Amino acid sequence: MAHSPIVPQRVYWLVFITLLLLTLVTVDVAFYDLGWLNISVALALATTKALLVVFYFMHLKYSPRLIWGFVGAALFWFLLIVGLTGADIFTRDWLPEPPGWTSGENVP
Amino acid sequence: MCAEQSSTSPPTASVTSIASGRSPLASHFDDPEQQFEASTLGMWVFLITEIMFFGGLFASYAIYRSLYPEGFAVASRHLDYRLGALNTAVLICSSLTMALAVRSAQLGRSRALRLFLALTMALGVVFLGVKVIEYSHKAHEHLVPGPSFQFEGPHARTAQLFFSFYFAMTGLHALHLVIGIGVLAVLWILAWRERFSPHYYTPVEVAGLYWHFVDVVWIYLFPLLYLISRA
Repeated sequence: MAHSPIVPQRVYWLVFITLLLLTLVTVDVAFYDLGWLNISVALALATTKALLVVFYFMHLKYSPRLIWGFVGAALFWFLLIVGLTGADIFTRDWLPEPPGWTSGENVP
Repeated sequence: MCAEQSSTSPPTASVTSIASGRSPLASHFDDPEQQFEASTLGMWVFLITEIMFFGGLFASYAIYRSLYPEGFAVASRHLDYRLGALNTAVLICSSLTMALAVRSAQLGRSRALRLFLALTMALGVVFLGVKVIEYSHKAHEHLVPGPSFQFEGPHARTAQLFFSFYFAMTGLHALHLVIGIGVLAVLWILAWRERFSPHYYTPVEVAGLYWHFVDVVWIYLFPLLYLISRA
């Protein structure tokens, strides 16, 4: 009759403590100059924390695979949209401007 | 065989007998199991639209930060990272109490459920209180984008852009938290009226999904807004 398995309290407390520790690491590591790695480490830590919340607190680990499919499709679609937006923005100066086009002098 | 079984014991029989006397099983579902799955899937689909909603802001943030890295770095140092870290911890605590509220509902512990819902709401209010302190500091320091915005140095324009993102993203997030607190208040009243049981706690589970999602958004907002090149 149980809709989703009752997760032992110990699991929630372990996830909670891990999340707090990862927050401390996030703050601490931001004070070291790692160059371009800073943002990568910050995003990797945030994603680890987000996965812990999604899998344990949001019960995704114990959910029907149908929900995994929906979440996976959402992530794929989100990364596709962000990726294609970035691909547009960051490749604009790869090719020379065709003659006759006005140059973006006034663009901030 | 299936037809025979359903004619002798309709699947609703087991849930009509709970305390309130009203069946929580809607007529268009075969059994409580199916109803629970449909409700949680519906909430996940809503949260996916929320990912796209916040995602637009995150994508524009990423583009402008990579176009103007110095301006974003200088402006970010005007945020108090200790208050941001405190609020991260507060939200993580509230996610724990929310998870424990759902667990109490699963076990039919009505008093524990009300206690954990109240704790979750209280932590949500603490978060918003810290946010109010931060916003009033920013207003005091003329860091709210608009005619009153003042910023020393060569990066004034891009710093204003950063603060536009800061207020739009944290403001939208805070709005979600206000709505979440309202939802939990309704749940608390329903729990007080003994509307939930181990057979039916779908609203608690679904509200929990929403609350944890709001936590996940903050988990990304904190390092992206508060911790740009602190070294």
